[in-house]
Amino acid sequence: MYKYDEIDQRIVDERVAQYRDQTRRYLAGELSEDEFRPLRLQNGLYIQRHAPMLRIAVPYGMLSSRQLRKLGDIANKHDRGYGHFTTRQNMQLNWPKLEDVPDILAELATVEMHAIQTSGNCIRNITTDQFAGIAPDEVVDPRAMAEIIRQWSTFHPEFALLPRKFKIAVSGTKEDRAVVQMHDIGMEFYLDTNNNLAIKVWVGGGLGRTPILGTVIREHLEWQHALTYCEAIVRVYNLHGRRDNSYKARIKILVKALGIEAFKAQVEAEWSHLKDAPNTITEAELVRVSKHFEPMPYETLPLHDANYDVAIASNLSFAAWVKRNVHAHKTPGYRAVTLSLKPHGKPPGDATALQMLTVADLADQYSFGELRVSHEQNLILADVKVSDLFAVWEKARVHGLTTPNIGLLTDIICCPGGDFCSLANAKSIPIAEAIQMQFDNLDYLHDIGDIELNISGCMNACGHHHVGHIGILGIDKDGSEWYQVSIGGSQGNNASLGTVIGPSFSADEMPSVVQKLIDVYIKERTVEEQFIDTVRRLGVTPFKTYVYPEKSSAKNEVAV
Amino acid sequence: MSNLIQLNNGEAKIVSDIWTLVRLPESQVEVRKQAGKVVLFKLTGEKTVSEEQVANTVIPENGKLIVPLTVFIARKTELQTRISANEIGVWIDTHEILTSLIENQVDLNILPIIAVNVERFADGRNFSLGVLLRTRYGFKNELRAIGDVLRDQLFFLKRSGFNSYVIRADRSAAEAIASLNDFTQPYQGAVDETHPAFRRYNRVA
Repeated sequence: MYKYDEIDQRIVDERVAQYRDQTRRYLAGELSEDEFRPLRLQNGLYIQRHAPMLRIAVPYGMLSSRQLRKLGDIANKHDRGYGHFTTRQNMQLNWPKLEDVPDILAELATVEMHAIQTSGNCIRNITTDQFAGIAPDEVVDPRAMAEIIRQWSTFHPEFALLPRKFKIAVSGTKEDRAVVQMHDIGMEFYLDTNNNLAIKVWVGGGLGRTPILGTVIREHLEWQHALTYCEAIVRVYNLHGRRDNSYKARIKILVKALGIEAFKAQVEAEWSHLKDAPNTITEAELVRVSKHFEPMPYETLPLHDANYDVAIASNLSFAAWVKRNVHAHKTPGYRAVTLSLKPHGKPPGDATALQMLTVADLADQYSFGELRVSHEQNLILADVKVSDLFAVWEKARVHGLTTPNIGLLTDIICCPGGDFCSLANAKSIPIAEAIQMQFDNLDYLHDIGDIELNISGCMNACGHHHVGHIGILGIDKDGSEWYQVSIGGSQGNNASLGTVIGPSFSADEMPSVVQKLIDVYIKERTVEEQFIDTVRRLGVTPFKTYVYPEKSSAKNEVAV
Repeated sequence: MSNLIQLNNGEAKIVSDIWTLVRLPESQVEVRKQAGKVVLFKLTGEKTVSEEQVANTVIPENGKLIVPLTVFIARKTELQTRISANEIGVWIDTHEILTSLIENQVDLNILPIIAVNVERFADGRNFSLGVLLRTRYGFKNELRAIGDVLRDQLFFLKRSGFNSYVIRADRSAAEAIASLNDFTQPYQGAVDETHPAFRRYNRVA
């Protein structure tokens, strides 16, 4: 993974000093609340329901064991002994003290970490596929380009105060796992007909209050121009995006208002001046950064391991875990492992300090000292030998990290919700926990098969509910919490937005509502069909009719 | 005590202000730039300032003046002698469109100063306007940030091509000056340093 040189280190060190002084001025009354807000937000610090929340950047999800240990230490020292991994591959602390944040940042800087631009109206963390570099279907490892974009976007002076947040995702696989169409800019790297590295650029995607999938703005862009082309897009947005209403300030609204053709014409006009400017990426820089992402020193291994085969045949629990939580790898004899942060009945994405230290040890012992955070809020050991899988499973199991539910109904994507977040309309974690307990039967879960259930506590959609096969959105109705259910959303190459099935439900009803949706699927599915396929084939109606039997004639029911 | 910081060859100093800012008279008409559909409003090119306001703007007879863009465009003939005497600069609001200045004044360098007014410090359009004035339109003279200018934006203003800054009256320019140097080696190329780190240094993997 990328390691800092003195330039990178100086920038994070100077950031700590800058933020320490900003905090001092705020506490001394020299900065008003309004003036301090964008400063703290651009350092990941929210003022939450119970305490501030600090979002720490994990660039494109890559972590070293040393960094994870530091996160564990910080969670113990400055928080209540746990952290929350987010859908943008970052980590959040829920209970730090505002006055402690400069010290936390100073500690993070010792392990090449920071909280720069993890919130606020600026370019946020660059995200990508958690299997980058090792996925068998990968065409291009996008991490070097993600790092180059990260550096370019860090304190970019022209884009320091945009109309609204701005998210960039990159991918380099046939099957998109970075949900590029859901981002303000999505970049899909591929090899063109001349075998040169090229980029397909999407713009104007995003969830939130107005969910829109991105549109292709350029089918083919040579990699050297990635930064100047982004500059052209973000400049048009910075100058013309709405600033009068934060709900209408994302780039998607501008693209929609202008139409993609007019927007593209403006971007291309800007780019004609920026093309070949000094921010054009050099071959030498791509080579330099790529060296940090070279393949690990893999051993030449046999395709099969006898002990592993025996363990699979004789240990049903291990076999179930391998089936769901172990993934294919480019290199023979290696696998990627997902350590589930979704044990039934616990907040999705949470890890205790002890779990973090355990995973750091596992990474050191079995996976070259590195790991990744997935946008599904799990942790990944990317390079485990097949012969080590059983040992990893046994050790991780002791710490509750082996729930064999990856990609299943209980692998729920979930925002912190009303328990923590001051933006939320409703709680989300207790809903996730109740659904997990409703389906706390592994055989049944495996029978239901691949399905994605996403929960957001408000329309800001941190839990990506629009693209869940089942999406749940918390809403506020006259001061009480209600849940709106949609089905048919999907991420990936065939991304789609879900359709709301009808009036919303109380928290108590939610496990049985999900149960009914699953019942319809089980009854109607063909042998090969996953939940999403059945929904796409049959449409929403059969699900709706079963969920709202007594209401199906009452058309005048008011949706809330 | 002046609250004007000026940057000359990398050296920042607090200096006294030789320029007088000319403002438009208050309008009785609804202020359109705050209206909802900023995007559409920009496309239609609807005016934010009435002709009456422009006509009623009081232009002092002596001294060096920074006049509003709309006044500069509408009353250029009247100002011509003073423009030739280097006594007239122009200020623009962040919602105004640069091309309307350029169409009217092809060579910006006859203006000794251009100021960009930011109503709220969180409005980052001034950065893009600075970059465009410096890079696209080749403006070489004093580029000044006015309005809600606070120290934590100074570093970005400097990098976007601004070389003078009027710090908001209730804040100390003497304290703010330090923030011009919050970072020593930025990653990306911008106006002040056009080359990104990867072209400036021999960075080794």
